[in-house]
Order: sequence, then structure tokens, then C-alpha cells
Amino acid sequence: MSETTQVQPNYNYKVVRQFTVMTVVWGIIGMSIGLLLAIQLFAPALNFDIPWLTYSRLRPLHTNAVIFAFGGCALFATSFYVVQRTSQVRLFSDKLAAFTFWGWQAVIVSAVITLPLGMTSSKEYAELEWPIDILITIVWLAYIINFFGTLIIRKTSHIYVANWFFGAFMLTVAVLHIGNSMAIPVSFGKSYSIYAGAVDAMMQWWYGHNAVGFFLTAGFLGMMYYFVPKQAGRPVYSYRLSIVHFWALISLYIWAGPHHLHYTALPDWTQSLGMAMSIILFVPSWGGMINGIMTLSGAWHKLRTDPVLRFLIVSLSFYGMSTFEGPMMAIKTVNALSHYTDWTIGHVHSGALGWVAMVSIGSVYHLVPILFGQPKMYSTSLVNVHFWFATIGVVLYIVAMWMSGVLQGLMWRAVNADGTLTYSFVESLEASKPFYILRAIGGMFVVAGMLIMAYNCYKTIRAPKAESINDASVAVA
Amino acid sequence: MTTFWTIWISIITLGSIAGSYMLLRWCLSNKTGVKEGESMGHEFDGIVELNNQLPRWWTILFYITIVWALVYLALYPGLGAYKGLLGWQSSNQTILSLEESEQALQASTESGALVQYDRELKFASEKYDPIFAEYAKVDIETLATNDEHVDVLKVGQRLFLQNCAQCHGSDARGQNGGFPNLTDDDWLYGGSANKIVETLQRGRNAMMPAWLDAFGEEGIKEVVEYTLSLSGRQVNQSLAEKGKSRFMACAACHGMDGKGNQMLGAPNLTDNIWLYGGSKRAVTETLTYGRNGVMPAFNKTLGDDKIHVVSAYIYSLSNK
Repeated sequence: MSETTQVQPNYNYKVVRQFTVMTVVWGIIGMSIGLLLAIQLFAPALNFDIPWLTYSRLRPLHTNAVIFAFGGCALFATSFYVVQRTSQVRLFSDKLAAFTFWGWQAVIVSAVITLPLGMTSSKEYAELEWPIDILITIVWLAYIINFFGTLIIRKTSHIYVANWFFGAFMLTVAVLHIGNSMAIPVSFGKSYSIYAGAVDAMMQWWYGHNAVGFFLTAGFLGMMYYFVPKQAGRPVYSYRLSIVHFWALISLYIWAGPHHLHYTALPDWTQSLGMAMSIILFVPSWGGMINGIMTLSGAWHKLRTDPVLRFLIVSLSFYGMSTFEGPMMAIKTVNALSHYTDWTIGHVHSGALGWVAMVSIGSVYHLVPILFGQPKMYSTSLVNVHFWFATIGVVLYIVAMWMSGVLQGLMWRAVNADGTLTYSFVESLEASKPFYILRAIGGMFVVAGMLIMAYNCYKTIRAPKAESINDASVAVA
Repeated sequence: MTTFWTIWISIITLGSIAGSYMLLRWCLSNKTGVKEGESMGHEFDGIVELNNQLPRWWTILFYITIVWALVYLALYPGLGAYKGLLGWQSSNQTILSLEESEQALQASTESGALVQYDRELKFASEKYDPIFAEYAKVDIETLATNDEHVDVLKVGQRLFLQNCAQCHGSDARGQNGGFPNLTDDDWLYGGSANKIVETLQRGRNAMMPAWLDAFGEEGIKEVVEYTLSLSGRQVNQSLAEKGKSRFMACAACHGMDGKGNQMLGAPNLTDNIWLYGGSKRAVTETLTYGRNGVMPAFNKTLGDDKIHVVSAYIYSLSNK
């Protein structure tokens, strides 16, 4: 026992396995709902006149499912895995880990039930009603205690950079969730926010943008900092770059929310401040991309043969692209064109599908063989097929939305010689229709890729065990 | 905003920017005790970190954005109550009513203050108002029917699509739920040019009372049968007979013959055109719970001349 622990401590892989499998499951569900919504936009009859299947109710289910179910499970799986491996110690508490898994699944199942029923706090990306919000808080605290507890009992001298990002992500998300969700319940299924008017809008986007900044960026940067060097077998490019971009990123992100509220009732000073800070934020964001991509120097040839590494590196390219696009869209003059158009949807999905989903998928492909005691994935060529499906899907998606968005922005602002608007809203909608179809085709590629992944993971997990693994605990899958 | 908050905001804003700058400077100089390009000497699950210098182009980019943000915050409002060197404002932000807005518009026009909303309004009114003033010189009937004014009608149509189509539909045929069809020559408040202008200028408020308390459920059934009989529909005669006596209450607005009253906006019940649906169920609902119809007033948003042009377009729809 003592000898083996020195080589490979008895890690808690059970919770990692559980979350990894659910990442794939929720990914398929969340993205399929997104695909249905994309099709509804040009074929509205597909809501079948059933209230539960209308766009308005499924849209929050889609966002919650992909961000918190798919993205969340990926973050839990990787952070629990990374913190153990880089601290050389088993998780602080197995019971808290199990509670985190089952609690989080309970949150997601509640979302799947309540959102189609129309129960909503109406706060974007925080639609879940107060009893579920409380459950989220409790689960999250268990997660934080377990993660930091593990860091405290670590057997390494330093805390690895991936864990800085995971730690910042979970602490800030706790603050954001509690701050934004403060509400007065009027019944078990309904509450009203304690904020009103422009303050409510500001709270909403302080939360909303930092959900992007900390949940979808900091957390996934943590993932990147482990899986990229690990998969490439190369050292991290620059320790000092990690320090600058970590501290600058987390201190600047928190300011950027007001750029979602340009030209609204928000006071001028708040808008300018949000815009100025968003511009500076561009640089530390790119710091992460550089550190990841430069880690590959000396190992570029591996991209030719390793589709998992390709997922990770392409995700960083999308990260760089959307973190350039974001600050640009935060400039008020650009925002005047882009706001309320499909450009925003394109931007979000270049981040969500290009960055978040691809880095998660790459990490899952790295994890599954290790967690289930296999030398490699069942089929590397299927991983490669998935890579191309995902890439083609994302590119079709964002190009369609860019074109549609810019078209809408230009049509909405076109003015005749007499000052009347040239186009009515319906005309801009008609003009967008071909791009909506193109976007749905992109979505089909993405979902098809996820199904290939599920098959590949299933075959890997079910394959006869090549070697026995240290952990005796049984996989739920 | 109080001075305290201005100071608070300025300190944390400038502090964050200065902090980022110092962090950058600190990491640019190698204080790690490890030679540039060599391993930091930590190892995590096989991962090693190198001590490479920050990329130069990236560092320069960082400086540029910091300088840019500071210049921007000097020129524009951002640091609490500080107004910025340019004195730019998006709008008069303390305005609470349309009257105050108009006063502020006038004040900033006279003082030449840089309020973007007011400037844009002034620009638009100087450029476009004369065009509409010219249109308004021709009376509505002529604009609507004379072929030489077809371009003006197109302008009217565009104004309609921007301001009216949300309720009345892109083709002006209205929709169920209280939004009248404007193309069928059946008018609630009158279809003369003057009446259309009046409707647009002042808006309309229509109120059909709820009759459940007065008639009871049986009574409602009877009145529904009678009401439907007015437009020649097949009904239960005995119920309709009973309903007829109750219709006295309805006649106050809809008239004894049920042909309605345009003075009150009471719809004609004999023409089989229904504002809230003509099914038995819909008419029962109307009688049971009543209806409230609102047409907003557009005099403040569009102004006289534009209302004139939109009215000409609406008039043209039923007067080819």
C-alpha cells in the first residue's frame, strides 16, 4: 500500500468517472435541444402547439443544459481529477464528492422539469427558481470545501496553475450566484428579485458576463492548463505569463458586465467603465491562449496524428478568436451595429462550441481511457471524425450567424432620404432565414459528432479491461 | 452621486488598471531566481513549467490597451460623477417625463451641450421635417387616391410598418384579440380622413363591460344566441328570443338594431366582422368577462405631419 501510494496515490476516480459520463450525456441532450430550437426558428410548427416545447421555454433549458449540465459536469470531472493528480493526494472527502455529484444531477433534473413547465425567475442563465437556487448553493459549497480541502492536504510544494483557475472559478461563481439570485419568494415556485429596474439589469449582467468569464472561461482555462501540456507531453510555455494573465484576467473580467447594456437606461458612466475595462481584458485573455498554444512548440508534429490534441489546440484558437471579438463588440460604436442581432449569438457559440465544448471534448477523450483502465479510446479514427464534424459544425454555425447578424444590423439602421426606416422587422427576419437553415445544418454536425463520441466512449468503457486499475470503486456507468 | 461613491469608483477602477500595469512590470523582470527559458523546478503529475519571458508584442498590446482605457476614461464619463473632458452625454439622464425631455432638449440645443440624443433629434428634425411638412400640404383624400402621390403613400406604408404593424399586421388586416382590420371599410370610430387622424392623434380607449353578474350564466347564453342571430347565423331560436329582451342593456351602446355606434366605438354586431372572434365561445367570453381595447395616442411620437402621411396610407387601403 505505502509503496504504491508513492507512485500513484489511491485517487477518487469514481466521482470523475460519474461526471465524465454525464458530460457526454448532458452534452447530447443540451445540444439536441439547441438544434430543435435552431430548426424552430425557421419551422415554428415544430413546437407542435405544445406549451412545453415552445421556443420561449426550451431556450432557457438549452442554455442551462449546455452551460451548467454539460459544461458543469465537465468542470467537476476535470477539476476533481486535476486537483488530485497535481496535488498527489486523494480528494479531501469522498462523501462530499458523492454529494456534489448527486446534488448537481438533482439540480439539472429539476431544471429539466421546471423550465418547460414555465417556472422561471426570468433572469437570463439564472432562470431556476429559489428552491433550486438554494440547492445549487449547498452543492457548490460542498464542492468548494472539497476542492480547497484537497489543496490544503496536497503533497506538492506549490499549487499548480490549473488549480488557481479552478479555485477562482468556483469562488467567484459562488459570489455571482448568491448575489444575482437574491429574491423574495411568494410561493414554492415563484419569487421576485430584490433588485429593480436598471439595478436589476446591472446585477443580471454582472452575473451574466461573469458566468461567461468565470464559469466558461476561468474554469475551462484550468482544464486547458492540465490537459494541453499533458496531451502534448510538453512543458507549460511560461510560468510568468500564467501569473500575469491569471491575476489580470480575474480582476478585469468582473468589470465587463455593463457592455451588455450599452445604449440602455444604465447610466453613461457605468457603460463607459464597462467598455474601457473590456478593452484591457482582451490582452490577459490572449495570454491564456498564447500560453496554451506555445506549450506545443517543439511538438507541432503531434497535431498530425493526435486528434485529441487537435481538439485542444483548435479550442484555443476559437478562444483567441472570441476573446478578440468580445472586446471589439464591447466598443459602443461596434455594439450599435451588433447588439440584438445574431452576431451576438454567433459570438457566444464561437466561445461555447468552439472553445468550451472542444476543450471539454478533448479532455474527455483524454480521460475516458485512463478512468476506465484502457490504453486508448476504442477508435482513434472516430475521434478524428468527431473532430471534423465539430469543426465543420462550429464554422458553419458562426459564419451563418455573423452574416445574418451584420445583415440585420445594417438593415435595421438603413434609412431612406425622408428619414423613415428602409426595412421593417419582418423583412430583416426574411433575410435571415437562409442563415438560420445554415446554422441548423451546422448544429446537426455538432450533435452528430457528440453521438459518435457517445458510441466511442461506450465501446471504450465496455471493452475488456486491459489492465487492472488501482481504484477499486465501481463505475456508475 | 455623492462624492464618496465617485471616490470609491475612481479608486477601484484606477487601482485595478494600475495593479494590472504593475503586475505586468513585475513579471517582465525575472524575479523567479530561475534563468530565462529554464524549468521552474516544480513538477505536477509530470507537467513542468518553463520560465519564458512574456512575448514582446503581447506586452506592447497590454500597454496600448491600458493607455487607451485611461484616455477614454479621461474624455468620457466613467469615473463616478466625473463628466469627462468632452462633456459628452448619451441623453438627459435625470428626465422623468416627456415634458421634461422637451424642455431639456430645448435647453441643450440653446446651450450647445453635447447630448447625443438631443443632437440626433435636432439633426433629424432639421433634415426631415421640411419633407413631411411638404407632404402635409396635400389633403389626405388626394394623397390616398391620386396616382402622382404614390411615393408619399410608400412613405406612409413604411411609417405604418414601423409603428402600427406590431398590432395591425404588416398587411394591415389586423389580428384576432382586438386589433381591427384596417382594409375592410368597417370602422369602429369612423373611416373618414378626419376620424382616422383623430384616432391616431389621441388614441382610443374601448371598454366592453363584463355581464356575468348582471345576466348570470344562463342569461349570457341567451344573449350570445341573440347576438349571433343579428348577423344571420343559425341559432337556438327560443334562447335567442329570451336574449332579445336582455339585449336592451346592450342597445345602450350597440343600438337597438345592433348596428353599433361610432361615437362610442361600439362595434356593429350585424356584419359578421368580429374584433375578438365570432365563435360562440369567443362571444361568450366577451360577454362574460368584458373587453378592454387600447389604441395608443401617436401625437407625441410621430407628430402632426407624419400622422397625416400614415393616415393617408390607411385611408388608401379601403378607398382605392
